[in-house]
Amino acid sequence: MEATTLFDKIWDAHVVNIIEGGPSVLYIDRHFIHEVTSPVAFSGLEGRGLKVFRPQNTVATPDHNVPTIEQHLPIREELSRKQVETLTANCERHNIPLYGLSHKWHGIVHIIGPELGITQPGMTIVCGDSHTSTHGAFGSIAFGIGTSEVEMVFASQCILQPKPKKMRINVEGTLAKNVTSKDIALYVIAKISTSGGTGHFVEFAGSAIRSLSMEARMTLCNMSIECGARGGMIAPDETTFAYLKGREEAPKGAAWDQKLAEWKKLKTDDGAVFDTEYTYDAADISPMITYGTNPGMGVGVQGSIPTGDDLTGSDRATFLKSLEYMGFKPGEILKGKKIDYVFIGSCTNGRIEDFRLFAEYIKGKKKASWVTAWIVPGSKQVEQQIREEGLVEIMESAGFALRQPGCSACLAMNDDKVPEGKYAVSTSNRNFEGRQGPGARTMLASPLVAAAAAVSGFVSDPRE
Amino acid sequence: MGFTLTFFLYPLSFFNQINMIEKFNKIVSSAVPLPIENVDTDQIIPARFLKAVERKGFGDNLFRDWRYKKDGTPNPDFALNNPKYSGTILVAGKNFGSGSSREHAAWAVYDFGFRVVVSSFFADIFKGNVLNNGLLPVQVSEDFLTGMFEAIDKNPAASFEVDLQSQTIRNVSLSTEYKFDINPYKKECLLKGYDDIDYLLSLKKEIISFETAK
Repeated sequence: MEATTLFDKIWDAHVVNIIEGGPSVLYIDRHFIHEVTSPVAFSGLEGRGLKVFRPQNTVATPDHNVPTIEQHLPIREELSRKQVETLTANCERHNIPLYGLSHKWHGIVHIIGPELGITQPGMTIVCGDSHTSTHGAFGSIAFGIGTSEVEMVFASQCILQPKPKKMRINVEGTLAKNVTSKDIALYVIAKISTSGGTGHFVEFAGSAIRSLSMEARMTLCNMSIECGARGGMIAPDETTFAYLKGREEAPKGAAWDQKLAEWKKLKTDDGAVFDTEYTYDAADISPMITYGTNPGMGVGVQGSIPTGDDLTGSDRATFLKSLEYMGFKPGEILKGKKIDYVFIGSCTNGRIEDFRLFAEYIKGKKKASWVTAWIVPGSKQVEQQIREEGLVEIMESAGFALRQPGCSACLAMNDDKVPEGKYAVSTSNRNFEGRQGPGARTMLASPLVAAAAAVSGFVSDPRE
Repeated sequence: MGFTLTFFLYPLSFFNQINMIEKFNKIVSSAVPLPIENVDTDQIIPARFLKAVERKGFGDNLFRDWRYKKDGTPNPDFALNNPKYSGTILVAGKNFGSGSSREHAAWAVYDFGFRVVVSSFFADIFKGNVLNNGLLPVQVSEDFLTGMFEAIDKNPAASFEVDLQSQTIRNVSLSTEYKFDINPYKKECLLKGYDDIDYLLSLKKEIISFETAK
């Protein structure tokens, strides 16, 4: 039998039909929806006189727009409130399970899916959000879609997709202490650029990847979209199975045993061919931080901004425009730059491990007086864990306050906006112009690098 | 040809006519230049403008933070505000549309009045989104793109011809032509104004038997 990739195995098992010379009709196992990219899809569907075809395979939560304080009160901002109310009404009309703001399992869509065991190996998963790639950490094919495609899934539980090319990124060896999977992500994107993965689906492999926890794997797969790839995935293994066992929606009893046997077969065969392959040494990766306006503009926290001397034409113009926005000069060293804001959270780094790392670093220290810090759990369950593990006390005695779950300052659709010209060290996924508020200057980093910045008030190396 | 056969097998009757996208055939127009690389969807339409529950008016906020100054007045240096540029073709630097999956970005470009976006490289999700909205993404070589910027620079009214049937874009002033790629299925959808959902609905039986066999 021909050696095939994990991606091919899952993809091929979900093809309902292939249009000759065109895309495949791909069956979707789980469809996550949120308040921002679903309303137009619902109205389109209803305009055709249709109901959601498989509401039981759909899961909804409001996350992008929601405030991260006083969630028991009605949302003050009218447009945000209307979007959240529209989601609730649409879910009621179409019998879609909804984890609303008052639900004990509410949270960011890419945090609650895995946390509740809804995300499982071998599945196809979509959501109208590019960071759907997160779910690939479980050995599933998960990718973000547009609103027209959300409507397709509502109508038929399928979408039309051209089959992407395959890329494997191997990270071998042992990560140094204080180097996290966020650093792997920023390192790889800096190497291959924000468009290096375009047209591809990535499988992450290698001994350094195998040693990662599920939370760390989710961070890495989450960021795979930032290199342009449709998604990233990691073959399921004992770490995956141990994480899933006993979760609310995970199979139980005999069904678990049967699924487990299937999941164990989900891996790339020896000798399977990828269109593109890269291999990196884990030992070369240090804590990373970005200096520009796309996630590929990152360096080690001890490093300096490139001079750009090797760039010409529009490449150079784009590079200089980016640095001008950030208020940096070519060749400058980032360490020691004064910062104003710190954001810990998002679907990238809003899981319990991230807050443990943060708390461990700040324990017994104090937040720099001029730094505003937003500490935002990814879900109610994460919030509860933070409280149960006593991390809130550590944060509070260091001058930090815990907020309530939501996407928050990652895209600043709610009130958590970084003011114009201010610098934020952020554990989120995008440093685009204005991403965290008009004129905001974002530097992406791991929770540890962000913790070090929050305490010192400057870009700092957590290893020092 | 396989492609012809496919459309013979899935004839027009499968596509109900309610939600057809606008048909695309041929466009002859001047173009608006945006010679910036890695234009992400947060620049095309910033997140704070995604709060509508209806699909309308997004063109007003297309490139909002580049197009308007902080006080809300138009930035005269930005191409969309420059009266010398006009037309239904947007020409942008490489890796256009990276980042968020927000289809609002495609809606904003379309709602503003563009029908073609030209770049030397498009991000995947954005490319899919524009195709689903009757907007044609034309991916050209770096050289051809440079030629387009040069032609516009010399004469802002420089004309370009985009012909979907023959998959060509022509830089009239330089007399150069480029044959672009497009998935044959999507090409047919655009030429005829077909909608993917109509096609998917026609497959209900196959989908149900797929579910049963799973």
